[in-house]
Amino acid sequence: MIGHFARILVIFGLIGGALAGQPQEIADSIRAIRSVGPEGRGNAAAAAAWKKLAAGDATILMPILEGMDDANDLALNWLRAAVDSVTGRVLGAGGSLPLHDLGMFLLDTRHNPRARRLDFELLTRIDAATADKLLAGMLNDPSTEIRYDAVQKVIHQAGQSLAASNKVGATLLFQQALNSARDARQIDDIAQQLGKLGQPVDTLKLFGFLTEWKIIGPFDNRGRKGFDAVYPPEQKIDLAAEYEGNAGKVKWRDYVVTQKYGKVDMNQPYGKLKDVTAYAMADFFSDRAQSVELRLGGKNSWKVWLNSNLLFGRDEYHFNSEIDQYPMPAQLQAGRNTILVKVCQNEQTEEWTVEWDFQLRVTDALGTPILSTATGRDTSTSIERP
Amino acid sequence: MKNPRSNAPRLIGNVSISSLAAMLLLTGGTLHGADWPQFRGLLCNGVSDESAVPTTLDTNKDLAWKADLPGRGLSSPIIIGDRVFVTCCSGSKQQRLHVICFLATDGSKLWERQFWATGRTMCQSKTCVAAPTPASDGKRIVAIFSSNDTVCLDLEGNLMWFRGLGRDYPNASDSIGMSSSLLIASGVVIAQVESDSDAFTAGLELDTGVNRWKIARPHKANWTSPILLNSGGRELVALLSSSGVAAIEPATGKVVWDFSGSGSSIPSGAASGGVLFVPSSRGLTALQLDASGEKPKQLWQSSRLRTGTASPLILGEKVFTLSDGGILTCGAAATGERLWQLRLKGPFSATPVAVGHFLYCVSETGVTQVVDASKPEGEVVSELDLGETILSTPSLSRGAIYFRSDAHLWKIGKSPS
Repeated sequence: MIGHFARILVIFGLIGGALAGQPQEIADSIRAIRSVGPEGRGNAAAAAAWKKLAAGDATILMPILEGMDDANDLALNWLRAAVDSVTGRVLGAGGSLPLHDLGMFLLDTRHNPRARRLDFELLTRIDAATADKLLAGMLNDPSTEIRYDAVQKVIHQAGQSLAASNKVGATLLFQQALNSARDARQIDDIAQQLGKLGQPVDTLKLFGFLTEWKIIGPFDNRGRKGFDAVYPPEQKIDLAAEYEGNAGKVKWRDYVVTQKYGKVDMNQPYGKLKDVTAYAMADFFSDRAQSVELRLGGKNSWKVWLNSNLLFGRDEYHFNSEIDQYPMPAQLQAGRNTILVKVCQNEQTEEWTVEWDFQLRVTDALGTPILSTATGRDTSTSIERP
Repeated sequence: MKNPRSNAPRLIGNVSISSLAAMLLLTGGTLHGADWPQFRGLLCNGVSDESAVPTTLDTNKDLAWKADLPGRGLSSPIIIGDRVFVTCCSGSKQQRLHVICFLATDGSKLWERQFWATGRTMCQSKTCVAAPTPASDGKRIVAIFSSNDTVCLDLEGNLMWFRGLGRDYPNASDSIGMSSSLLIASGVVIAQVESDSDAFTAGLELDTGVNRWKIARPHKANWTSPILLNSGGRELVALLSSSGVAAIEPATGKVVWDFSGSGSSIPSGAASGGVLFVPSSRGLTALQLDASGEKPKQLWQSSRLRTGTASPLILGEKVFTLSDGGILTCGAAATGERLWQLRLKGPFSATPVAVGHFLYCVSETGVTQVVDASKPEGEVVSELDLGETILSTPSLSRGAIYFRSDAHLWKIGKSPS
């Protein structure tokens, strides 16, 4: 943190009069904003600090953008609003923004991805042609928003090739887009385009869904009490054990996912039951301790544990589902990690309440699949992503 | 010649709009009676006592201006003085939240602020993250989004505070999308955030956004919006859900009374003349508010007055419901007796608004039908096709009606602001 503010002060020094001789006041303002926290903590001080930043001229933009590095998502919003205010006023008065500095900031991928995205949007406002050219080189950008737009640009070009009856060209461009895409819907759209061009994509492999599970159930969920009920698999995972289930003895069994979007479909082994709960367990091997996201999609009530620690749970049934619906930050340990999922089915009987499933994958923060390194696991089921 | 709007209801919810505005001035607010500061206007009932809103809609004659919007939205515009505020969402996952201020006189954009959602943005395709309508006390704008991100700005666009309610309480969301609009009362921002997995209503300090109070609510998905009640001179806020109605003190969150006989999770309630009209799957229920502010008595319940997504509307002695398919039903507010029905061109999501005895009903296809409710069976007297999908309830202010789609904001009515 000290280094960070030292860097800001260096920038203040470089731009000299830009800060009207009050760099400490500006640094203090950024610090106050970066201190905002949950439940409105620090809002009053941040509001006072915000006014000072928002009153600045164009030269204050780079210090604010720098101040976004390592800021929490609340502070990012405060700081971006200050940038909005300054740029709106400066451009509205016919002023200019520091094009070169903004460009250099954008090209430095060490900066906060959201700060760089904001920077890119400023650049687009003042020099759209250059911004567009730079975008072409940002297919693998760490900013999800910049990367998304860069991929869209290639998808658009692929569409143009297709319109010109250049199927090979279109295929190559769609493939290029697919290699860089991290947004689940964008990936799926590209995969469908490639399918139409005779290049089917194995989405199960592409997304890196977990496919090898042990499952056990059904347990009782009458009155929707199964979500809170603690059944034996939550207390201890013993793959050899047998428990009293909803309708007799239950024990662990293998389940291998074949559905193209990685769905662990409890209706397959157990039938289309109602008022029931089941568990799925998978081992995930990591070659090192690392920060990841477990990303679950599903429309049933669920809970997820990693190495016996509850990550999150949702007591909601049959609203909607999509890939990566619930990204959960998690810390993998080196070696074996155990993922346990509880998935509940309720009493509803409408046609749209049949599903009793979930899908899960492990990714980095950007959405790049991270695959288990388990010995014996068929690593050929994965697709290398850049 | 008699003014065709002379039958306009001047007393709504036991107080007129002008006297309510005066009351708000006394309590520190700066709202004017002609402002439209929240979902369905000053009294949360969709009725304006304006007199100059055109009843024959014609964009060639009455279009004041049309402005581009940067993203989707089901939220209504709100109008404070000469400023119009709109929220939008954009981005691949609707993660970008916009609050935009336009000048009412010419539609020029005065400022725009953008934010990144800190809560979940998943929505069913028909709705979007910018579904709830912002609220204002006349000095500040408070906007909430489906992600439960809540932002307070002054009229000049200065950021006063930001709350990530979805970040603070991550299970209070649903995968269809949240839509409950904000309400400001007694210096508190009322945020009704209710889902199957977690549910609460919070009273946020208007000055700082911190919780003044937070009360647990039924764990059931709820898209209704809180409404103001004036019960025997006591300001209360009605929270509707599928479980019923709870009236709370806005300053404390204390539940003053609870009525479990009728409730809804989509259309909101409406109050007029000391009566609260509550939609439910069984029709409409009328509750007589007690002069002492205590639990109301049920006046009637009618299965023949059925709401759809749109909330009920009360005009003087008549109550109106609009089905999703387009059946406009008129009933007697005093008895619940059904008086007439009129088939409109639907489908409808937006709630009708009214000036005088004219109802403005905008369909999902962007066709506004103006209904003269004084006619014995109701009569469509004007139609305007804006040619775009509109799910947002229109707003009324200073002789104009405002519509918004996912791409545009229209002001129809050329009266000076």
